[in-house]
Amino acid sequence: MAKDTNSNHADQYYKAKKKEEMKHQVITFALMIVFTIIAFGLVIGEFDKLFVFPVLLVLAAVQVGFQFYYFMHMSHKGHEFPALMIYSGIFAAILTILALTTITWV
Amino acid sequence: MSTHEDVLSSENLPHEPEKATLEGKNKFLGFWFFLGGETVLFASLFGTYLALKNSFGAAEHTTPSQELFGLELVFIMTMLLLTSSLTSVYAMYHMKNHDFKKMMVWLGITVLLGAAFLGLEIYEFYHYVHHYHHTFTSSAFGSAFYTLVGFHGAHVAFGLLWIITLMIRNARRGLNLYNAPKFYVASLYWHFIDVVWVFIFTVVYLMGKVG
Repeated sequence: MAKDTNSNHADQYYKAKKKEEMKHQVITFALMIVFTIIAFGLVIGEFDKLFVFPVLLVLAAVQVGFQFYYFMHMSHKGHEFPALMIYSGIFAAILTILALTTITWV
Repeated sequence: MSTHEDVLSSENLPHEPEKATLEGKNKFLGFWFFLGGETVLFASLFGTYLALKNSFGAAEHTTPSQELFGLELVFIMTMLLLTSSLTSVYAMYHMKNHDFKKMMVWLGITVLLGAAFLGLEIYEFYHYVHHYHHTFTSSAFGSAFYTLVGFHGAHVAFGLLWIITLMIRNARRGLNLYNAPKFYVASLYWHFIDVVWVFIFTVVYLMGKVG
């Protein structure tokens, strides 16, 4: 019986925590929609290329960060290995893109 | 016997059922390893596209990306995929609350949104081929474009089949410690598809429209 009351408390605690997380995820979603609209707006507004490109890339990087940390739970405990894998992947990805765009076909 | 049943029945699931078993933990770690590899795979396709996007060779019909891409369709596709990412978050929220029925409903909505995205992408490709003669073999730009965007589309198609298979296979089983990691990993895959799409609409379509 004592065990049941304990787990009940734990249930309540986790439930509140999951609700809180859900709230963050909905806010994240709203921000991603806003960022997407800004990105499309910048292109439709025909601003200068030198201004638009860096802003677009930053908006994309932030959106991807949101996906990883909030939607895919990388902000939670126990995600050291996932972070290591993704950051190694991003490191190799940047090298690959640099190599292909600067050396290989130029 | 009865203890075994207890562990698997949905009334007694632990907190975070997707990582409660060793098998679940291994699936979780292994899948992130896979996603790291996928990142590099897509990077090689992005790098190829960026290097070849202005290479038209001796193609008869050349349409540069500024004239080719229509932003309305891409915007709708982006919204569909982004929303499907949120609905799969809802599905996992209900999984963690051990509510199998609601999880299935949200996964179903995710599948519908993903299918709508894929339908629009097929229409887009059809439109390019028939109205602009922009095909896989028309130029290096065409090859790089269809390889990159088509590979992402194939990931969407695979993700849809994966989630549908999981839903049918486990429809009568309910949620347990054996299938919770499977649903969780499939939702991670679905989010990753959206991650790749964020870069596709930015680098291919938006930057391509600017020039």
